[in-house]
Amino acid sequence: MPGLEDLYREIILDHYRNPRNRGELDIPPAHRTEGFNPLCGDEIVVYVSVDDDDRVAEIKIGGQGCSISQSSASMMSAAVKGKTLDEARALTRAFKALMSIHETKLGGDGSGTDAPTPDPEVKLGDLEALQGVVKFPVRIKCATLSWNTLTQALDEVATAS
Amino acid sequence: MAAALSTDSPPTVGLDVAAARADFPIFDARHDRRLVFLDTAASSQKPRAVLDAMTEYYETTHANVHRGVYDLAERATAMYEGARGTIGRFIGATSDREVLFTKNVTEAFNLIAHSWGRSNLRAGDAVLLTEMEHHANLVPWLMLAEERGIELRYLGVTDEGELDLSDLDAKLDGAKLLSFTAMSNVLGTLNPVRQLADAAHAAGAVVAVDGAQYVPHTTTDVAALGADLFAFTGHKMLGPTGIGVLWGREELLEAMPPFLGGGDMIRDVRLDGFTPNELPWKFEAGTPPIAEAVGLAAAVGELERYGMDAIRAHEQRVTGYAISSLQERFGDDFTVHGPRSIERRGGVLSFAFKAIHPHDISQVLNESGVCVRAGHHCAKPLMRRLGVGATARASFYVYNDTDDVDALADALDDAASMFAL
Repeated sequence: MPGLEDLYREIILDHYRNPRNRGELDIPPAHRTEGFNPLCGDEIVVYVSVDDDDRVAEIKIGGQGCSISQSSASMMSAAVKGKTLDEARALTRAFKALMSIHETKLGGDGSGTDAPTPDPEVKLGDLEALQGVVKFPVRIKCATLSWNTLTQALDEVATAS
Repeated sequence: MAAALSTDSPPTVGLDVAAARADFPIFDARHDRRLVFLDTAASSQKPRAVLDAMTEYYETTHANVHRGVYDLAERATAMYEGARGTIGRFIGATSDREVLFTKNVTEAFNLIAHSWGRSNLRAGDAVLLTEMEHHANLVPWLMLAEERGIELRYLGVTDEGELDLSDLDAKLDGAKLLSFTAMSNVLGTLNPVRQLADAAHAAGAVVAVDGAQYVPHTTTDVAALGADLFAFTGHKMLGPTGIGVLWGREELLEAMPPFLGGGDMIRDVRLDGFTPNELPWKFEAGTPPIAEAVGLAAAVGELERYGMDAIRAHEQRVTGYAISSLQERFGDDFTVHGPRSIERRGGVLSFAFKAIHPHDISQVLNESGVCVRAGHHCAKPLMRRLGVGATARASFYVYNDTDDVDALADALDDAASMFAL
C-alpha cells in the first residue's frame, strides 16, 4: 500500500501553503474559465491572457480545493506562464500522460482518452512530484482539474480570436 | 430506556457495542489495522444475519416471484411478501398495500415527482422544499420545474443549522406539496416532522418526507409523523444496496398513475392499452430485488434486537462525546456544522478542522484506518449556504463507540502536523 509521502511530497505541500499566481485578472482583456470536480465540489478558476505572440502573458488561479488540486494549479500556472500556446499544450499533454491511464480507466467520461502521446522533449520538472498521485486513484481528478480547465480556457481563447 | 434520554446525562449503558461489532464480519476481516468505520451516513456495514439470510435464500429458495406455481416460486413469493410485511410494520404501516419497494430514496423521489407530480402539478403550482435537501429530493423537482414550469420554494437554514420556520406559513400558502428531510445527511439536524406536516396539511399541501437518515436510527411511526409519503433506503440500515421503500397513504397511492411500466405492474395488457396492477405492485415494474427484500427484513430483525430506543440513546452518547471531546482537544480549530444539542441532532457530524481541506483530512485519516466522508454529500445548495465547498463528515452507528472518536481525534492530530499552514 502506498504511503502518504508518495502523495504529499514536500514540493506539493510548499505550493499548497504558498500558492503561486493566486488571484484574478481583469476580463476582458483576460479570459476566465471555471472548472468543477463534480465528485467533491472543488472549483477552480483560471484567468489567462494571451499576448500577440501567442504566449501566456499572465495567468491567475482562483477557487477552492484540496492540497492536490491547489498545488497542481499553482505548479501549472508557474509552468505555463510565458510559454507559447503550443508549448503550454505540449506540457498539458505530458502532464495528462503522467495521469491519464488511470483517469481514463476511472473517469469513464472520456476526459483522458484524447490526451496522451507526450512529446519526449517536454520536461515536466517539478510537476513530476505529482506522479505519486496515480497511486491514489480517487485523487487523480484533483490533480488534473486545473489542467483540464486550462485546456478549456486556451481552446476558448483560440476560438474567440 | 427512552426516559433516560437527556442532554446532560446520556445513558452510559444500553447497547453492547462489543457484541454488536462481533455481529459484523467486516470488523474481523483481515485489515492491516483496526477498521474505524465512520461513514454509515453514506452506507452502513452489514451484519452476518443479513448476509446469511440472503445467502440462504439464494441457496434454498430462489425463483422469480408472482409467477410460478411450483413450490420454490411460491416460497420465494412468500418470503418477498413476508419481507414487505416485516419492513412495513417496522415503520408503523397498517397495510402492505402502502409499502412499495424501490431501488433507493432517489428512485422514490423520482417516482413521486413523475407519478404524483405530473398528475397533480400544473404550470405555476408551487412545491416547497428546503435548503438542506439531498440532491435526491431536489433534482427530480428541478427536472419537473423545467418540464412543467412549476414554482419551487425553499425553507432556509439558520446559522445554527436548523430549518428557518419563521416564514413557513407564507411559503406554504398556495403550495401543493411540502417535501423535506426528516434528518439532514450533512448537519445531522432532526427536523420537526410533525409540526411541518401539520402546517402543510393546514395549508392543503401533501407531505413527502425523506427518511433515509432517520429510519435507521430511531423509532419510526409514519402515521404519528403525519407524512403522506415517506421514503427510506435499506443500505443505510444494515440492509443490502439496491432496495428502498416508499410508504404512502393508500388513497394517495391509489390515485397516482404507475411510474415505470413493464412486467408485474399490470393486471392486463392489450395491444391498445393496459390495466395497472393493484397496490403495491402497480409501482413495482419488472423482477424486484427479492434477495434484497429478504436481506432488509433480516436487517429490521437485527435493529429490533438491538432496540431502536437503545440505538438512539447510544448514538446520542457517542455523538455527545465526539462534540465535547473534539472541541476540548482542538478548541476553535474544530468546528461542528449543525446543532450542538444531541436532542436536536442525530449521529451525523460534519466538521471543519484547521482550514485543512476535507479531502486531505480524509486521506490522512485513512492512514489510521479511520473512514470519514469528504465532499459535498450530494447537498450542494447546503454547501453554498454554509459557505464551504465540502465538509468532512463522521457518522455513528451500533458498531461505533467512544474509542472510534478517540481514534478520529488522534488521526486529526496527524493531519494537523502534516498540513498546518
